[in-house]
Amino acid sequence: MDFFQALLITPFVIMWEDPLFLTETLIKGLMAGVLYSLVALGFVLIFKASGVFNFAQGVFALFAALTLTGIMDMMGDGLPKPLVIIIALGLTVAVMVLLAVLVERFVLRPLVNQELIILFMATLGLSYVLEGAGDLMWGSDVKVIDLGLPTDVWDVGGVFVEQLDLVAAITAGSMVAVLAVFFNKTRIGRALRAVADDHQAALSVGISLQQIWVIVWSVAGIVALVAGIMWGSKSGVQFSLSLIALKALPVLILGGFTSIPGAIIGGLIIGVGEKVAEVFWFDLHGGAVENWFAYMLALVFLMFRPQGLFGDKIIERV
Amino acid sequence: MKLNKLVLGAAAAAVMASAGLTSIASAYEYTIPQLVYRTGAYAPNGIPLANGYLDYMEMLNQRDGGINGVKVNVIECETGYNTKVSVECYENLKGEGESGAVIINPHSTGVTYALIPKATEDQIPILSMGYGRTSAADGTVFPYVFNFPTTYWSQASAFIKYVGEREGGMENLKGKKIALVYHNSAYGKEPIKTLEVLAEKYGFSFLKLPVDHPGQEQKATWLQVRRNKPDWVFMWGWGVMNQVAIKEAAAIRYPMDRFIGVWWSGSENDVAPAGASANGYLAGTMHAPGSDFQVIRDIKKYVYDAGLGSGDRDRVGEVLYNRGMLEAIFSAEAIRKAAEIHGTNEVRGVHVRDGLEALSFSEADFTRLGLEGFMEPFAVSCEDHEGGGPVAIQQWNASEGKWVIVSDWIEPMHDIVRGLVKEDSAAYAKENNITPRTCS
Amino acid sequence: MFYRETGQFKSTYGDDQALFPIIQDRWLLGAILLVAFFVVPFIINDYWANAILLPFLIYSLIALGLNILVGYCGQISLGTGGFMAVGAYGSYKLMTSFPELNIVFVIIASGGFAAAVGVLFGLPSLRIKGFYLAVATLAAQFFLIWMFNKVGWFYNYELSQITSPPREVFGVLVTGAKASPAAQYLFTLCIVAVFTWIAMNLVRGRVGRGWMAIRDMDIAAELLGIRPLQTKLLAFAVSSFYIGIGGALIFNLWLGSVEATEAFDILQSFFVLFAIIIGGLGSVLGSFLGAAFMALMPVILKLLLVDGFSVSAVHAKHVEFILVGSLIIFFLIKEPHGLARIWGITKEKLRLWPFPY
Repeated sequence: MDFFQALLITPFVIMWEDPLFLTETLIKGLMAGVLYSLVALGFVLIFKASGVFNFAQGVFALFAALTLTGIMDMMGDGLPKPLVIIIALGLTVAVMVLLAVLVERFVLRPLVNQELIILFMATLGLSYVLEGAGDLMWGSDVKVIDLGLPTDVWDVGGVFVEQLDLVAAITAGSMVAVLAVFFNKTRIGRALRAVADDHQAALSVGISLQQIWVIVWSVAGIVALVAGIMWGSKSGVQFSLSLIALKALPVLILGGFTSIPGAIIGGLIIGVGEKVAEVFWFDLHGGAVENWFAYMLALVFLMFRPQGLFGDKIIERV
Repeated sequence: MKLNKLVLGAAAAAVMASAGLTSIASAYEYTIPQLVYRTGAYAPNGIPLANGYLDYMEMLNQRDGGINGVKVNVIECETGYNTKVSVECYENLKGEGESGAVIINPHSTGVTYALIPKATEDQIPILSMGYGRTSAADGTVFPYVFNFPTTYWSQASAFIKYVGEREGGMENLKGKKIALVYHNSAYGKEPIKTLEVLAEKYGFSFLKLPVDHPGQEQKATWLQVRRNKPDWVFMWGWGVMNQVAIKEAAAIRYPMDRFIGVWWSGSENDVAPAGASANGYLAGTMHAPGSDFQVIRDIKKYVYDAGLGSGDRDRVGEVLYNRGMLEAIFSAEAIRKAAEIHGTNEVRGVHVRDGLEALSFSEADFTRLGLEGFMEPFAVSCEDHEGGGPVAIQQWNASEGKWVIVSDWIEPMHDIVRGLVKEDSAAYAKENNITPRTCS
Repeated sequence: MFYRETGQFKSTYGDDQALFPIIQDRWLLGAILLVAFFVVPFIINDYWANAILLPFLIYSLIALGLNILVGYCGQISLGTGGFMAVGAYGSYKLMTSFPELNIVFVIIASGGFAAAVGVLFGLPSLRIKGFYLAVATLAAQFFLIWMFNKVGWFYNYELSQITSPPREVFGVLVTGAKASPAAQYLFTLCIVAVFTWIAMNLVRGRVGRGWMAIRDMDIAAELLGIRPLQTKLLAFAVSSFYIGIGGALIFNLWLGSVEATEAFDILQSFFVLFAIIIGGLGSVLGSFLGAAFMALMPVILKLLLVDGFSVSAVHAKHVEFILVGSLIIFFLIKEPHGLARIWGITKEKLRLWPFPY
């Protein structure tokens, strides 16, 4: 009886009694979800265009953020702050594009047409290389990202909203909008979708696979940079940043590997779901359930839609 | 399978060849394997710890020609804070050099647990200074494990004393609410039992908030802090968890001077990302921060001026640097003591253990070592491997960018902690068929 | 020249169906086993046991277990770490609750626990496929680790770190710190050898063919009369059984003390999955080669760099990361089907050598 009460009644009583707290939980959940989506987005982009499940996406975020802080440190205090930031961002983007070119040349091209799982494995190799190289180049200390992002808290009628979270949400929103325009309205975007649909058909109408891959991996690198900045603002840039990829896995699975809106909505569902579960249901029992709860939640959704919420329908024929 | 044997054989040949090369060194020297983590998720903490250790030993070699004229050879092995790699490192280095490993610093709670039985068997003393298994303080069950100057449980009791003092007396603890935000692992769970016992004794309520590794996302934890409004928050965190927790605490406007971190949550790294909002954050410590000590001046003079420093000169004197240095000081003094007891400079691990048990530090000893005002006197004994040294609370001053000790040295509640230690070590002895030795 | 099967005639069905039909293979394997059983135990020391041979053997067994599920039955699993933890904690509970139980029984029983848990988490595989199935196994991974960290009963209400108590086989200590490296090595070797032999027979028999049919196309297999439910769940059970035994061995023989969150975390699951991909999916030999690559390559590189070229420990680690990563990519490009395939091709070449035409 106690068990059922704790499961079915108490949480709702708490919610009812403290609606402000409920609101704050929901807002924090959504904000956390946005951060998950940012990481998941990078995975989706690459998977969509090149069919690679990029294990190294978390390391990409770390590498990008490390490069950014490293370059900012090197430029020193001589120049005005905004100029430093702009130059550093530009250079980091250039590095990520270069990385995409290298990945395409040395990893993807020799492995073209291999099975999914082989490409997956290759990205593991890539993540090893980047971890070693990043550490070697920029050191392992905690580095503070100082882009002048707001860090204060707004008190909206008793509900705390972090400005940094809002910035992250706005950035994610605009990024998705830009990507949507890019995919739907530009020539390259349409070529990208063609590649995602069918490599050979795309090749036969004269689309260069290699070029498209470089573009996609560059875009994913830029997304990783944004994710690295947002997560890194909170924790400082350090090795642990590469582990954020684990947070994106349930989001991906829930939203479907190939859907950009899926990544966003999946992120929000996971974010809100795990926060609400942790705070209202498991709080009294010791908690720390967020990690597995996210997967259980995804599992429940998958039971009804085996291809994820927005994934392509799986058609099976003999 | 054939291929693999070949590769192994080649590797073995390489190892043997190199072993042959290194064993030519003639003079007796003390080999100290250091399991360090300068890479991986905890590297930001591992680097200053390792640097402090290396620099002090280098200083001894440069200034005094080693310990009693015998050079110290510190061999680092990179573990990335991984237990499996650490076991490999340990096995690789335990027999290194003529002396063999004279003392070992595992540098992680998980590794300490794995090495306790192995090192006991190999007769190499483990110095897990302020970490590892707390109940190893019972020297009768754990003859080769030392965790002085003080332990997690002692620290937890000292925190409660500090809180009592701030609240204006221990009796005012009644009805207060204290939350513990902890790394969800054996390390993070260490203080729970002590705090539960104390909660019962002093009548405060105790709230446990676990954070899973790595701890980059803690919104749910801090939502609960916000709802339950504890009067004090303690934190047993490690790595990225610390930085995020301090940031999140600031984001819910939790008063920083009621937020106390364990000594592994109170370094310059932990407060840096939060910037000004971390001002006033408290943390436990067993030694003073800063570089205003004779020993550090010596390190700068003999090591850094000679271009032998292992890190950044500016970072000498950081909290974790000083802690690594303290570890080295304890190791060196134990070797010195062992040589004195056994009347020879050629001491091995088994002798150093006797040295560790005979260690005692008075104010005069600290002055001799150039550590005036660095910490309080304490003594280790055969029975008591903890030493029971006092704990201080330090506070982060964000505008000046440094830690300042703000409390007196707080004596832990020895009676309570000792009882818990005995209980836990007895259980370990029973499970592993160990007969506790007698200490007289 | 030395590897010709010409003149080796099979006159009975038994000969034809032998595990190793070629005489040279038998000799080679026999020699390896002979050395492994009768030479190595006499020259082994702590370093070789704890840093090289035990990890290699145990990870080989675990990789073999996962290979049964992923390589033979085609079901991707990332719950390996969780199932290993079931084995480790199961053996710990058995050993501390019933101290008189024989360790061999304990280890096999803990494999049994893992098999039961594996079946439970294998159930969604009937509906969810491919990479999406990873979610069910990831749920297992995170849930199990959380449970072993959370529920005090599993670690006898101490801190969540468990330590293996000393146990004997035929009067010789095999667990705990006092056990000799030779005893630990032999014990592990026996278990690995027996279960490898069982697995080799399993995968080439009716059961294994059922798994492979499911892997190649499950709808078609179903039409052929193979029951997907039983076949997939059996694969989950056998695979988790092996992995559970591996977990129990890691805890009892190799590390001696573990904590679920650290020793069996998600990275372990990836580690083993990568081992079988680099070794060769659907190959027993591949499991061993992959485990050797993933577990030993870092150690070998470290020894070479630190002891051989006196690189400082931390730089060696960075270089080691870069080298291991590059090697993985290199091998995949050279031979996407794994190291086992390279061995197969070598054998083909040897057959004709030195006259390739």
